[in-house]
Amino acid sequence: MADALATVRRNPLSGALWGLRAYLILARMWVRVSLSYRASFAALTAGQFLITGLDFVGIVVMFTNVDTLGGFGLPEVAFLYAGSGLCLGLADLALGNIERLGARIRTGSFDAMMVRPVPLYAQACADEFSLRRLGRIAQSMAVLVWSVVVLDLAWTPLKVLAVAGMLVCGTTIFLAVFTLGAAFQFWTTDGSEAANAFTYGGNTLTQYPLTIYPAQLVKVLTFVVPLAFVNWYPSLYVLDRPDPLGLPAALQFASPVAALALTLLARLAWHRGVRRYRSTGS
Amino acid sequence: MSLIEVDRLGRSFVVRRRAGRFRREAHTVHAVRDLSFTVEPGEMVGYIGPNGAGKSTTIKMLTGILVPTAGRLRVAGIDPSRDRVALTRRIGVVFGQRTTLWWDLPLRDSFALLRRIYRVDAARFRRNVDTFTELLDLGDLLDTPVRQLSLGQRMRGDIAAALLHDPEILYLDEPTIGLDVVSKGRLREFLRTLNAERGVTLLLTTHDLQDIEQLCSRVMVIDHGSLVYDGALHQLHARSESTRTLVVDLVDEADPIDVPGATVRRVEGPRQWLSFPADRSAAPLVAAVAAAYDVADLSIAEPDIEDVITRIYAHGVPGGQQAGLSHDAGATPGVPR
Repeated sequence: MADALATVRRNPLSGALWGLRAYLILARMWVRVSLSYRASFAALTAGQFLITGLDFVGIVVMFTNVDTLGGFGLPEVAFLYAGSGLCLGLADLALGNIERLGARIRTGSFDAMMVRPVPLYAQACADEFSLRRLGRIAQSMAVLVWSVVVLDLAWTPLKVLAVAGMLVCGTTIFLAVFTLGAAFQFWTTDGSEAANAFTYGGNTLTQYPLTIYPAQLVKVLTFVVPLAFVNWYPSLYVLDRPDPLGLPAALQFASPVAALALTLLARLAWHRGVRRYRSTGS
Repeated sequence: MSLIEVDRLGRSFVVRRRAGRFRREAHTVHAVRDLSFTVEPGEMVGYIGPNGAGKSTTIKMLTGILVPTAGRLRVAGIDPSRDRVALTRRIGVVFGQRTTLWWDLPLRDSFALLRRIYRVDAARFRRNVDTFTELLDLGDLLDTPVRQLSLGQRMRGDIAAALLHDPEILYLDEPTIGLDVVSKGRLREFLRTLNAERGVTLLLTTHDLQDIEQLCSRVMVIDHGSLVYDGALHQLHARSESTRTLVVDLVDEADPIDVPGATVRRVEGPRQWLSFPADRSAAPLVAAVAAAYDVADLSIAEPDIEDVITRIYAHGVPGGQQAGLSHDAGATPGVPR
């Protein structure tokens, strides 16, 4: 008895590392599956590149009629657009299929995950991992490079750091939002559309300068659903823009705080959800 | 120490029901209550009961999926609700109705993936795959994606997958459901071999009493969340006075068949239904009928689980103690001898 208890008291770090490794094992397996249908994989990836690209074409067309949007020129809007798209794309690549959790719970295949020696979160994230999501990332990357070249910013080390921080924190924020949406499905098994409103819908909001929205909405996006920290506040700093709403400049460096808070919240929700599942079985 | 120790285990759910326009009433439903039993290493135990009796709830608690609301539970010395992940390495689980394999992957890749997930060393893994491929006749199926397998093939694949990490205990939830007679027979043969040669402890839920008859020395019957019987199958039949039915098709219509040990329940033209105690062999009866009459065809119908359980209740459980049932092998009141 004593030795059995001793073997299960693992330290949390090695548990997390094993979760990451198992995630990579599962993800690689899904990549191999998708590559066995090469033509369909290529079509899906190209399709995602084009569909998300069309989004940006819409913005460009808009700028043939106006010179600025909410006080921002096309290259600046492109920078905002790409920042949001890249962060969403990276998060979507890493765990986009976590939204299938509700379906798994409904069909009972979540139980199968529970009898495997891999953290549930790692399994749920890796579920049907697909590289076709590189389409969105590639498209956003292209727009980002274009905007940076055209903007010809006065780069300082701190600005480079701000861009890197924007990508890390923005991706983390979207990861947390995806996770929150999935955890929500422990309560309502068909809540994936509600979750999508915040992830893909959130991306649609934040790809434009927030100045085009009412100030109330910007405050909501700052203090309630902090998606403004994905790209808006870091971009204000990088683009040398004073905050149009006159909010404190400190917000422009607060993305890590928002990302951390949201991550902790998502973690709590996930554990609560799993606990609920284990006490209801449904 | 027993391999599985279940002590006064309980699991209740709070169900909210609408009562009136806005009011919702909370009811507590006891899916499992006061369940106690132990399983020793190497046993093959059948776990049966009607739908909704608490079988799945018990299995879910034994595998750590569900957290119990009462009682104590140890599987291989591990508390499943606290150390679910540690437990997964010691047990194998097969859900009859749904696969635990990856739908789009060929079996071979699913196995390789499980090897990495369970961290099985390469030599042992190869040995196990070879063994199970041969025993379960998977050779031609290894490169077929799971979604293209038939139900029986998929079940064999699922069972092999659940055994690659050499679990001490294998839980099988309705392993023969939907399989044809030949597949059922082969699967049972495999499970017997597995138990005899590898000493794997088996706990299986089923609706098919034949599974129990051919595999399990012990059967546990659960109903309304409590054990109503725990013991050998033949005693279950004796206790419940359950009967099997011999259906005889005679060449010509005749008077009700008169042979010792059986009574005619029904006559319909040349077809007659004879019932006889389920714990008796059918062979002497068949021989007697065949010797005295011109028989065109014979078949035997097994009692079904619902019927057996209904009969247990009809005859009453001695002393009202389920736990006492398994240990009073000598005295079985109410059994005609």
